[in-house]
Amino acid sequence: MDIFLVESIVNGILLGGVLALLALGLNLVFGVIDVVWIAYAELVMVGMYAIYWLHAFYGWPLLLACGVAILLVAIIGVLVHLLIIEPILDQPPINQLLATGGLLFFLQSFATLLFGTDFRNIGLKLPVLEIGDMFVSFARLLAFAIALIGAAGLYVFLRRTFIGTAIRAIAQDREIMGLMGVDARKIYLATSGIGGGLAGLAACLLVLQYDVHPFIGLSFGPITFMICVLGGLGNMIGGFLASFIIAQIISVGGFYAPVEFAYVLAFAFFIVLILIRPQGILAK
Amino acid sequence: MSRIALGLGTALLAALPFLGLPGYFVHMALLILLWSFVYTGWSLMGRFGLVSLGHGAFLGIGAYVPALLWNYYELTPWVGIPIGVALAVAVALVIGYPSSRLRVVGHYFALVTLALSEVVRLGIVAARDVTGGSLGMTPRAEPSLYALQFDRTAFYFIALGTWLVGLAIWRAVDRGIGAKALDAISEDEVAAAAVGIDVTREKLRVTIISTAMTGFAGALLAQYLMYLNPETLAGVGVSLQIVFAAIAGGMYSLLGPTVGAVLTLTLGEALRVLFGTNFVGAANTIYGILLILFIIFMPRGIVGLIETRSRRRPDAAGSPAPAGSARG
Repeated sequence: MDIFLVESIVNGILLGGVLALLALGLNLVFGVIDVVWIAYAELVMVGMYAIYWLHAFYGWPLLLACGVAILLVAIIGVLVHLLIIEPILDQPPINQLLATGGLLFFLQSFATLLFGTDFRNIGLKLPVLEIGDMFVSFARLLAFAIALIGAAGLYVFLRRTFIGTAIRAIAQDREIMGLMGVDARKIYLATSGIGGGLAGLAACLLVLQYDVHPFIGLSFGPITFMICVLGGLGNMIGGFLASFIIAQIISVGGFYAPVEFAYVLAFAFFIVLILIRPQGILAK
Repeated sequence: MSRIALGLGTALLAALPFLGLPGYFVHMALLILLWSFVYTGWSLMGRFGLVSLGHGAFLGIGAYVPALLWNYYELTPWVGIPIGVALAVAVALVIGYPSSRLRVVGHYFALVTLALSEVVRLGIVAARDVTGGSLGMTPRAEPSLYALQFDRTAFYFIALGTWLVGLAIWRAVDRGIGAKALDAISEDEVAAAAVGIDVTREKLRVTIISTAMTGFAGALLAQYLMYLNPETLAGVGVSLQIVFAAIAGGMYSLLGPTVGAVLTLTLGEALRVLFGTNFVGAANTIYGILLILFIIFMPRGIVGLIETRSRRRPDAAGSPAPAGSARG
């Protein structure tokens, strides 16, 4: 087999890890609160800017900057729920989606206003590993590993802690949990915070590989939604699987054709599949 | 009463190019009319719970197909535009038919159509050898009736006529029996099907009308501006802009989308003129906040709110407006 093809498959797997992490937060929020944060990728952008300013501009250590960024986006996640979602929680879900669409516009343009449309780079040069005849970016490998650790951490949290159990329970049956003495509002806020935190973590990984600019959300947002829908909105395992499928289409497709065509292919694949299996790939 | 107002308003609009105003104002009025037509078309789906984030795709198809046919095959837009519109409608049906059969609604419908927006935008960018990609393209200039390229005044009247036709279509749909059926569908699809409403047929009819209007407007925008760019005529950004303007103005009212167009376009222009280019993004920052506020506090939009207010007056006859929520 062509060594470059193998290289794109490996890169696809690595890309899949990052996409999976992106999908995880969105899926969590959807599964629990039944809301699609259409501005999710813009929250990631906020995290990326935070890291850029703290690390590249103010010279904080990268790890500290990442930690602060995760915390910041987690707080923004809580605020999104408090300020935007909660007032319209009893309205049709599509209204909540559109309201976060407003947030998307706001964050994107506010970033343009503050920082201009320049592409900014944290200026960190990570080595490129040579494995056999293949070249694999260390940043991608690192991102893949952290994404998997993040996913595993979330899994343990949801399985082993009380609040994690409550979150899973409320995702299964909203009505009954009130009767069991669980304060839904608290769970929603916790979920929003964790969802935001996951966006912050994704920001830490993306900032290693990509330049920050106000429109970066548009290059990840649509693909993340697609993955979530493909996996079945709220179904985290499905989302995980879908991330790797989509990442392979993009990566291997990009090997044979211009990368935009690979994206077109991925989106077209999504549309066809969703019309065949509207409840996601894992639906019975 | 309203007929007189409509006649006066139309007369005023028709006189606009001859009032000696600077060309810029005619240009803005023209754009407002064309975008109003798009927003009116979108609201025909949106008001029945078919919230499409894919209208950027239909706009893009409608704009690019005639321009490409004209540039590469010298096919007159008189033929090219119907082909473009037909293609936009065909794409809408390819998505819309299975969506309706398989009950892809609400979030799912919004996200599927969002993906469609991206397919078209990225497709245009990817085919950069033909379409010019992100740099955009210019239709070959040949001012004539054959090429459908006119001066601003002529285009203004085309836009005015298009807008009036759009309002007539909106009114016809609103008064037709289909509107009742679609209202029932958006309330409860299963129940609607149970009382004998052909859900798919009703949805597809309004989808065809809405996407044909959007595709047609895309073609006119391209013919007038003589410049096509995937970022301004296709993609998620355009789709969201359409949704916002229609909601802000009020998608349940005849003139709601038009008010939305006036509001968003003048706001954007005012901020641009006021602050210049060093304040890039100001308009959208304000749009974003307004969109959130509109959905939280007045989901029926400006015109919807005014209508509800005036209906609450004790002397007003007729039933009160339905509960103020955008149905999904």
